Amino acid sequence: MLNTRNTTLFELSGVRQAYAKPSGQDYVVLDDVALTLRDGEIVGLLGRSGSGKSTLLRIVAGLVKPTGGSVRHHGEPVAGPTDGVAMVFQTFALFPWLTVWENVMAGLKAKGVPAREAEARTEEAIDLIGLSGFESAYPKELSGGMRQRVGFARALVVHPEILLMDEPFSALDVLTAETLRTDLLDLWMERRLPIKSILMVTHNIEEAVLMCDRILVFSSNPGRVAAEIRVDIPHPRNRLDPQFRAMVDDIYGRMTARRPLVAPSPSSRQPPAHAVPLQHVSTNLLAGLLETLASPAYHGKADLPHLAAGLQHEIDDLFPIAETLQMLGFAEVAEGDIHLTEPGRLFAESGLEDRKRLFAEHLIRYVPLAAHIHGLLKESAVQRVPSNRIQVELEAFMSESYAEETLKAVTSWARYAELFTYDDETEAFTFEDAD
Amino acid sequence: MVWINTNISVKAADAAPNRWDVVALPLVIGLLALLAVGGHQMALPLGSVEEVPVTLDPWMLPEYALRSTLRMLAAMAASLVFTFTYATLAAKSRRAGMLLIPVLDVLQSVPVLGYISFTVVFFLGLFPGSVLGAECAAIFAIFTSQAWNMAFSFYQSLRTVPRDLDEAATGFGFSGWQRFWTLEAPYAAPGLVWNMMMSMSGGWFFVVASEAITVGDRTITLPGIGSYLAMAIDGRRLDAVAWAVLAMLLVILVYDQLLFRPLVAWADKFRVETTGAQEVPDSWLLFLFQRTRFFRAAFAPFGRLLDRLAWLRLSAGGRTRGPAGGFRGLGKLLDRAPARAVDGLWYLTLAAAAGWAGWSMIAFVSTGAGWGDVGTALLLGGATLLRVIVLILLATLVWVPLGVVIGLRPRLAEKVQPAAQFLAAFPANLLFPVAVVTILRFDLNPDVWLSPLMILGTQWYILFNVVAGATAFPSDLKEAAASFRIRGWQWWRDVMLPGVFPYYVTGAVTASGGSWNASIVAEAVNWGDTRLAAHGLGRYIAEATAAGDYPRIVLGIAVMSLFVILFNRLLWRPLYAFAERRLRLA
Repeated sequence: MLNTRNTTLFELSGVRQAYAKPSGQDYVVLDDVALTLRDGEIVGLLGRSGSGKSTLLRIVAGLVKPTGGSVRHHGEPVAGPTDGVAMVFQTFALFPWLTVWENVMAGLKAKGVPAREAEARTEEAIDLIGLSGFESAYPKELSGGMRQRVGFARALVVHPEILLMDEPFSALDVLTAETLRTDLLDLWMERRLPIKSILMVTHNIEEAVLMCDRILVFSSNPGRVAAEIRVDIPHPRNRLDPQFRAMVDDIYGRMTARRPLVAPSPSSRQPPAHAVPLQHVSTNLLAGLLETLASPAYHGKADLPHLAAGLQHEIDDLFPIAETLQMLGFAEVAEGDIHLTEPGRLFAESGLEDRKRLFAEHLIRYVPLAAHIHGLLKESAVQRVPSNRIQVELEAFMSESYAEETLKAVTSWARYAELFTYDDETEAFTFEDAD
Repeated sequence: MVWINTNISVKAADAAPNRWDVVALPLVIGLLALLAVGGHQMALPLGSVEEVPVTLDPWMLPEYALRSTLRMLAAMAASLVFTFTYATLAAKSRRAGMLLIPVLDVLQSVPVLGYISFTVVFFLGLFPGSVLGAECAAIFAIFTSQAWNMAFSFYQSLRTVPRDLDEAATGFGFSGWQRFWTLEAPYAAPGLVWNMMMSMSGGWFFVVASEAITVGDRTITLPGIGSYLAMAIDGRRLDAVAWAVLAMLLVILVYDQLLFRPLVAWADKFRVETTGAQEVPDSWLLFLFQRTRFFRAAFAPFGRLLDRLAWLRLSAGGRTRGPAGGFRGLGKLLDRAPARAVDGLWYLTLAAAAGWAGWSMIAFVSTGAGWGDVGTALLLGGATLLRVIVLILLATLVWVPLGVVIGLRPRLAEKVQPAAQFLAAFPANLLFPVAVVTILRFDLNPDVWLSPLMILGTQWYILFNVVAGATAFPSDLKEAAASFRIRGWQWWRDVMLPGVFPYYVTGAVTASGGSWNASIVAEAVNWGDTRLAAHGLGRYIAEATAAGDYPRIVLGIAVMSLFVILFNRLLWRPLYAFAERRLRLA
């Protein structure tokens, strides 16, 4: 149903978003991203958190100005909030002191639309999105699903050309999310929405395949378009359809392919091995997944989409666990599958003390930051390493929030392994008291 | 109703004095000194000021009460205007914020009654021969007791507007003006209203203190409850004091019912919470306004007008200028210049201004005071500091256990809480004569027995904050403590005291700030022509003011500000940071 003759609404090319870091090496969020948005299509941006897809959405909205590249709307360069674009937020972003009616009307009032017309359009949008009867309610009186409907009505009422959606269903429970998705798709297919195109960010692979005509898969650190996938399955799409499943599996495969998702840094100055961002995954989750994999249900090997469905996890929950296990040498992830390594199996079968010993061994061997702090502690005369020092070292190569997350991860792992501990009072790493 | 302070100024910046204090302190005190110098030069014969005489007739009290209340409201209006401008500019411009926030911090450490000494001459000079100058000076003094914490609260709210709401406003192309009235001001409303309430409570004290202004040998009285009281003290009339107390009680009751309960109940809708609040503040007046057809009809056009005003774009270029409104524009102007070089220049300018102001201050002080005076002031400051510490400790020992006991009994707490808030608003200086008569009757040592006056009005902040803390203490923790049979001292040490500590610190900060302020009136009190005085910095300032000795006033106030700043930075901020970090019950 796509054809290239459709008008191009929005065009980004060579877009780069980077922040200067004290190390002299830029911290790159987005690198050389190209994106074209045409009339009549739903485009999905799929990727892990930290892949810059939300930033890209804000660049399209004109909320963020990219550090490089060109952003054109109908051929005109974009500066400031883009006209003809409206956004739906993951957190709904409703004004809590305004009623449903006032929230929906806010965008029209800001534009100075005459009162009578504004009221008519507000009523129309509220009817369309299924909010009739809730006009006088305040957001806090509504359920999550109803709140997001307000978010949709508020965006649609300004008759945007492009609807931007930032993980619009991820804060909702499974059933509510599905209802909202189908309602929106129905309105879109019946051409009852006053919009020409939808650009949505998601980390849910099935959601992307269900809704989009085109999916851009993003790699992380820095965010780049790793693949562009067309979805030609006719609507309404059936999640159980073999073609649908095959596509989901394919995308899982691409997203877990060995190493291609972390693009090699083009910069000549590589960060030291210990200054690599870590994701904070609780050791309970790590142990839990290892045990699950070792259980007779899986015999040490599992298909990720299947595992995700079985555990009721979305990829953003499951991938970090799987990747951390891979990094620690307890599992291998490839082509959408995960399987236990020998140490992984040993871990799953051991008691608490042996687990801790094994974990400590792997932490030193595979997590350079843990080895780094451990080394510093051993050298230190007072056996104390201020966390601030490590934080500064990390922030030279990554954003503040990444540095914090990385420190949190290494602290909790080291505590579990009883390798070293962290004293909140003095804000320093120390060895466990010997007493 | 539970009042939980959503912000206190102590949180505004990092702990420990920093280089910005070095700029801000001389800047503020120096400018105040300059104001006094300028006032001196334009000083006119004060005898030409005509006055309405004040009488001790109790039937005049309603009128006096009304006048005092109007002064309070005028000051509150001024404080709101100040808050909306000063805090907005500080929040929107990085460079302005660098200066404005430390200055605000110093401003609120300057004892309020100190401002009167400086400004009364200045204002009298502005309106020669008219009582309007004295009115302005009194309103300004009340303003200085109200504005700073409101501005801090507003600034903090502006800095923490949720990112998604901010993006939604930008995405829909709100102008600066629209953003301010539909996003920023509503978001800040609960914190601001709470701080307005605290300010009003504190304000009555200064209304009373600022209506009878003595400049040198001349006393100007403005008709009001404060001047009525001053006259009663002069005439040694305990019955008149009692009438003043009664009038004040009624005024506070009425203002609480007619102004603040409705305001708090109304502000509740601006709370950003995903779930409905457990306890919704209510007010019969708001109920009346919202539920009766008559009031709704009467106020609907007014509401519509306000709505129209809030949605005006008010930015010249419309969409193309994006979210640039007045302040954002001004802020941008300040921030637009290239970073490094201009920053350096900006620092230099500020440092030079501070150096100059500091130098003028020293030069002015040295015209009438020497090093010996500095030593005296520091020593007396130590005496007042000792009083504040001992009093806070005593109040803590009394009110923390009582507050916990009350807070754990919801029914009792419901009754005690409004009473404590009421007492906090009641100006304690109305009760000073009673205390003085008692001290005279029993021939007590003023150095010891005048001290409790300093905390008379402010101890209630500790009580109602602790009650709020104990009320909010999670019931699962109480049950856990009970099921593990944690009792006695261990229960206090490990369960309850850590639980109420953050609330206690909030109350104690307010109480200690109030005590410093009160020292100026509490360390030297009169009863007719009998004078009771304790050794302390408050008395030093009070006596210098009475004598019109400006160099010593400046010195006293500079030293007191220094004590307050150091006390806050070295004691309260670390405690607050500790409470935030370790004892917050999520």
